[in-house]
This record gives sequence, C-alpha cells and structure tokens, in this order.
Amino acid sequence: MDFYFGLAQLIGVHTLLGLSAYIVLLTGQVSLAQAGFFAVGAYAAGMLTVLAGWHLVPALGASALCGGALACAVGFPALRVKGLMLVIATLAFGEGVRLFFFNFDYQIAKGELKVGPVGGEGFRQIRFFPENGWETWEVMLFIWVFVAGAMALLWWFDRSRYGAVLRAVGEDELAAQSVGINLTAVKVSAMTVGGAIAGVGGGLYAHYTTHIEHASFNILLATFAIAYPIVGGLRSVYGTLLAVIFVQGILVEGLRFMGDWRNLLFGALIVLAMNLRPSGILGKGRHA
Amino acid sequence: MLELRSLARHFGGVRAVDGLNLTVQDGQIFGLIGPNGSGKSTTVNVIAGLFPPTAGTILFRGEDIGPLPTHRRLRAGIARTFQNIRLFGQLSVWQNLWVAQNSAEDLARRGFFTRWLGGQSGVRDEIARLLEFSGLAHKQNELAANLAFGEQRRLELARALAARPKLLLLDEPAAGMNSEEVGQLRERILSLRGSGVTILLVEHVMELVMGVTDRIAVLNFGQKIAEGTPAEIQAHPAVRKAYLGGEAA
Repeated sequence: MDFYFGLAQLIGVHTLLGLSAYIVLLTGQVSLAQAGFFAVGAYAAGMLTVLAGWHLVPALGASALCGGALACAVGFPALRVKGLMLVIATLAFGEGVRLFFFNFDYQIAKGELKVGPVGGEGFRQIRFFPENGWETWEVMLFIWVFVAGAMALLWWFDRSRYGAVLRAVGEDELAAQSVGINLTAVKVSAMTVGGAIAGVGGGLYAHYTTHIEHASFNILLATFAIAYPIVGGLRSVYGTLLAVIFVQGILVEGLRFMGDWRNLLFGALIVLAMNLRPSGILGKGRHA
Repeated sequence: MLELRSLARHFGGVRAVDGLNLTVQDGQIFGLIGPNGSGKSTTVNVIAGLFPPTAGTILFRGEDIGPLPTHRRLRAGIARTFQNIRLFGQLSVWQNLWVAQNSAEDLARRGFFTRWLGGQSGVRDEIARLLEFSGLAHKQNELAANLAFGEQRRLELARALAARPKLLLLDEPAAGMNSEEVGQLRERILSLRGSGVTILLVEHVMELVMGVTDRIAVLNFGQKIAEGTPAEIQAHPAVRKAYLGGEAA
C-alpha cells in the first residue's frame, strides 16, 4: 500500500509543478524556469525546518514567498522576450539555479552531525516527517491539501475576470493591449503566482524525499512542468492533474515492467496522445 | 479632442504618414479616407500607440499622449477596432466584453479585488447593454471564434465601447460587409452621436463615410490633400484625382 501512497505523493507534487506552469501558459508564455522555482522552494523549506528548526507549514509559506519573489524578479526582464527567446532565457535561468545549488554549501553542526546542503552531494537529513512520526498516508494527505488549495485558487482565477484576462493575453497580445490590459503586469503576476505554487511544490518534495540534490532539478523536470498542462489541455486545471496521473502513474510507473523499452514507449505514447487530443486530454476534440 | 501636429511615421524609407496635421472636434464623427497605402491605418495605429511616431505630436484633450503606452491610452479614453478583426476567439462573446472593461471610471469605481477577482455578477447590466446594442445578446455564451463575420465586427465594436471611450478609432469597420450590414453599421454609428463619444472613422466604403461623417480628411501618400464636409470633399478636384487617377475633372 505504501507504494501507492508514495506514488500519490509524487503525483501531488508534480501536479503543483504542472499548475505552476499552467497559469504561465495561459498567458501564452512557455517557461522552463518552473523547475528553478521548485528547486528554490525545496532548498528554502528544507533549510528552514532542518537548520532553523521551523515547523513545516511556515517553512512552506516561506518557500512560496521565495518562489514567488524570484519568479516576479525573473519575470520582468524575461517576459520582454517572446516565444523561443523566452524558452531559452528561462532555460538558462533554470540551469543557473541548478548550478547555484551544485556549488552551494551551508552546513551547521547539529549534535554530532553536520547538516545542511553540501554542493554536489546535495542536502540530506530533511527528516521533518520521520522525526515527527508521520505515516506515509498522512504525508500524502498533507501534500494533497496543498494540491487541492492550489487547484481551488486557479479554479477561482479561471472563474474571475483575472482568468479571462490571462487567456485574452494568451490569445492576442496586441488586442489585449488595445483593450487596456497592461501586458507586463498580467504576465508578471501569472509568473509570480506560478513561482509561489512551484515553491510550495518544491518544499513538499524536499520533505517527502528527505534528500534533495541539484541533479533532480534539471531540464527534464522543467520539461515535465510544461508538458503536464500541455498534455492535459488548458481548458481547466483538472487537465493538468489528469496529465500528471497519465504520465507519472501510467507511463512512468505502469510501464516499469518494460525495462529499458519504457523510455521509448513513453515518448511514443506522448506523441500518440498529442495526436489524438491535440488540445490536451481535456481540450476540445481533434477537429475543434 | 484630438489634434495631430506634423505627425510622421516612417518605416525604413517608406513615409507612411508624412507631416499630418489634423484636428478633430469634440463630438464629431470625423472621416479619414484615401487610396490604399495612403497612411490611414498607420495614423490610427500611431494614435492608439501601437508604434511611436517618427516625428510630431499627438494631443488628446490638450495633453501630449506620445509617451503613453497603448494600455494607458485606452485608460485615457482612446479605444479602437482593427481592420482585420482581432477578437479573443477562445473566449465567449460575454468574456470578450468583460476583459475590455478597463476604463478610468471602472478603475475608480471598483476596488482591485472586485475588478480582478470578482465574478460576473457585478457587471451583468453593463455588458447586457452592450450586447443589446450590438444585437449579440442571444450569442453571449458562444465562443467569439464561432461567430459569423458580421457578428465578429459587431462584437469588436462593442468591445471597444466597453472601455467607455471618449475617442473611438474605427479602422475600416465596413470592410467585407454587404450593403445591408453597412446600413446597420451606419445606424449604429449614428446612434453613438450625441452619447459623448468622438469618432475617427477610417473607411473605404463611401456610402458609409459620406452618410455618417461631419467632416472628412483625405490622405494620399501620407499627406493630407483635402479636408472639408462630405459635400465639399465629393466635389474636390484633388480628391477625384487621387481616387480616379489622371487629370482632375
């Protein structure tokens, strides 16, 4: 049973990552920086619970703030460029974050043990859950509370004028500008909300795996982040959730028995899915 | 209301607009006509802020709006429609009008949270009025992309009005319409007269321009070659020459 709880934890965290890219994608921007915000959230929350002895909940709040603030700061210069240029710019940022943590040492002595991130070795001993005696299913529930919260937030956005404005910007920037929408403000705000959600996701990830290292926050994770909302479709937040279940639950875990053939089939299935449902699992049908 | 002083916009070596002086009075419906490539659309785009003028100033209600970015010009009271319709196709008709409510009045009247995160209830009446005006009430939940051509034109006009403009820039609103639709558009434009909105109408369809405008300026090669009432313009030799070519009649 623990296997399934573990899988549900993974799906939950990846859903947060996917949702962080979802809101940015609504404005028509493809950002590969989400894994970077996720990494910052992971290290921030880990350091706060392990080194500063915080409870996890405020530490996750701090993760959200760090992720959001960084995304806002990155958003201003990055969103001046579009399309492929933005992909490259955000990719460079994500790699920059990863390399920062590759070189980041900050250890303090805690009893006989030295704890904290050590460069390439990563950050071990993020043991808030085991130290406090949380069961796997409790951790899973805890994660899903945040997933539900993020989904509710984005769902509410979608029903509000803000959501319509995000989509308007995604459709036609020139027209959006001409009806009085401040493109920079809208795009940066979406980026900031996305960064905060990724930050929380990262904080949760750090705590359920108990060990993080720079290599986990690579380009593959950044690609997954944008793949989820694209595969799921941008019609609603549920698409992203379904895509994470499809990719992580069925493609990654379900095909494990295939050994090395899995990666090959994985790619083929993504291509097939995108051909059958070009605007996403929850998008309109193929001839829409 | 609007005053252009030796406005110029060059694209490389092309002088799309070349030293244009124009004054539009408060409440006027002002026509801007001219052959293809005479700089009409460029003039509209420069006034709306799509690109900066190469030279000259744009005074709107006595203020130089040159430095204002596009979205601030809308807030100042300038709304527009596009020659090639630009709606938000994947939003509903209703939402197209909703996202366009960015006038200074709306900003002042509604707080930040109501304006952005509020639902649809607070603005129903206003949008219903716009839908009524454009005859799209029965299509309010349809995606804009699924509307017929004429309906899209109507929606774009309504979307511009949703911003409560003081100056409305209409860039060839009758392009592609049949004569019945042109007639309806004419009624619509005339019904705006007296509602406090000034209109700058760029148009090729003479039937419309001559029927609704108070005053017309004629552009050719980025310069104004004539200005006057519709009757004066129809009789103007330089205009006939620009349109028909050859010697003035």
